Amino acid sequence: MDFHLYMAQRLSALVMAPLVLGHIAVMIYAVQGGLTAAEILSRTQGSLLWFLFYGLFVVAVSLHAAIGLRTVAQEWLGLRGVALSALALVTGLGLFALGAQAVWAVTFA
Amino acid sequence: MGDKLKVTVRRGGPGAQHDQTYAVPAEDNQTVLDVVSWIQQYADPTLSYRFACRVGMCGSCAMTVNGVPRWTCRTHVRKVSERPEIHIAPLRNLPVIKDLVADMDPFFDKWIGAEALHHPSRSREEAIAPIDPQDAARQEADLGIECINCAVCYAACDTVAGNPDYLGPAALQRAWTLLNDAKDGAHDTILDAVSGTGGCHACHSMGSCTQHCPNELDPMRAIAGLKRDTVRRAFRGRR
Amino acid sequence: MRGARGHTLWLAFILHRISGIALAFFLPVHFYVLSLALTRPESFDSFLAFADLTPVKLAEFGLVFLLAVHMFGGLRLIAFEWLPMSGPQKTLAAAAAGGAFFLSGLFFLQAV
Repeated sequence: MDFHLYMAQRLSALVMAPLVLGHIAVMIYAVQGGLTAAEILSRTQGSLLWFLFYGLFVVAVSLHAAIGLRTVAQEWLGLRGVALSALALVTGLGLFALGAQAVWAVTFA
Repeated sequence: MGDKLKVTVRRGGPGAQHDQTYAVPAEDNQTVLDVVSWIQQYADPTLSYRFACRVGMCGSCAMTVNGVPRWTCRTHVRKVSERPEIHIAPLRNLPVIKDLVADMDPFFDKWIGAEALHHPSRSREEAIAPIDPQDAARQEADLGIECINCAVCYAACDTVAGNPDYLGPAALQRAWTLLNDAKDGAHDTILDAVSGTGGCHACHSMGSCTQHCPNELDPMRAIAGLKRDTVRRAFRGRR
Repeated sequence: MRGARGHTLWLAFILHRISGIALAFFLPVHFYVLSLALTRPESFDSFLAFADLTPVKLAEFGLVFLLAVHMFGGLRLIAFEWLPMSGPQKTLAAAAAGGAFFLSGLFFLQAV
């Protein structure tokens, strides 16, 4: 793996570590007594804090998952060259698009 | 007395390998290399294998024994199997030449690729640089210099198996010992070489190298050291 | 080469890889369901009703475990690679799995 991909992988991981802990904490708290769309939206809608929290999460996870799946595809599927780069790009952009849409839906949409 | 070992050997060359079974007399004290030598001397003189020193110094006799890469001259038969059965194959992750002989060229080419070779820092007219054995860098280098180039780590590594460009544990460990050697004069060259495609950053720290190194070295630790130094250099900027 | 695997750090590696792949495949579904929250709240709530079933709760426990074990395992790797002291890696790998089990267990107990 290229040094820059390695750095991006490690740095995005470090960004996500506190976000993951926060996310799990919120889940443990929120899941008590069941979930509803209204309950989630009442917490997140119009909140800049949650927008930044999950917005940063989506950016980091798109990068991290794209690099991770690229490595797996290289080692386990034997993908190389353009196919490998294309897979990483599609994974990263796809996750970012879906994630950004979801964050927007629960905050400012 | 009269007991036999059932020994299955992977025979043949590239693209045409098959297993062949031999009955070999069991001894009280018997290494895997003894078994292979017995087959070659008493059962089938066409069996090809490699060895030299027989005392764990030359690194030429490594083979895959019951699925595990080992130095065969210092591996007792009783250590690898409770039952009187062993399977012997050439090292993984290297092209086979014939029978138990693996082509070591890719392995050693990667030592060069990792710049795992001495870069002189002084000419013969200058005095030899004094080395303090207590120095922290020297002690770190000392941890890795007893490598005998047997390629057991290289055969054990799944990252090598999945990524043919990966330089592998042995070459990277040697690069790390040179990086910690005051007498080496091209530390930036080494860091550049281990930062490219297939460099130290491809390692996943699964530790099969350290697990199986017959000399009980710790290539995984050395590779982590290379990662740390390349990251440190990136944050500091090049001098 | 089966015999060369199966040691503690190799198991930590395979757990990290499998959890990473699983999370990457789970994420698009997760994002899609979340965006339903606004665009079609009624189908989102019917999804949540489905998520209330005990087998689904167990699957969620698994997901939280995968997320936590990927994070703890990844932090162990970064510490091993970047910090000057390396520590007992096998023990730390086991602790990562233990910590993940604790967090996902906590989640499961709140969820049921």
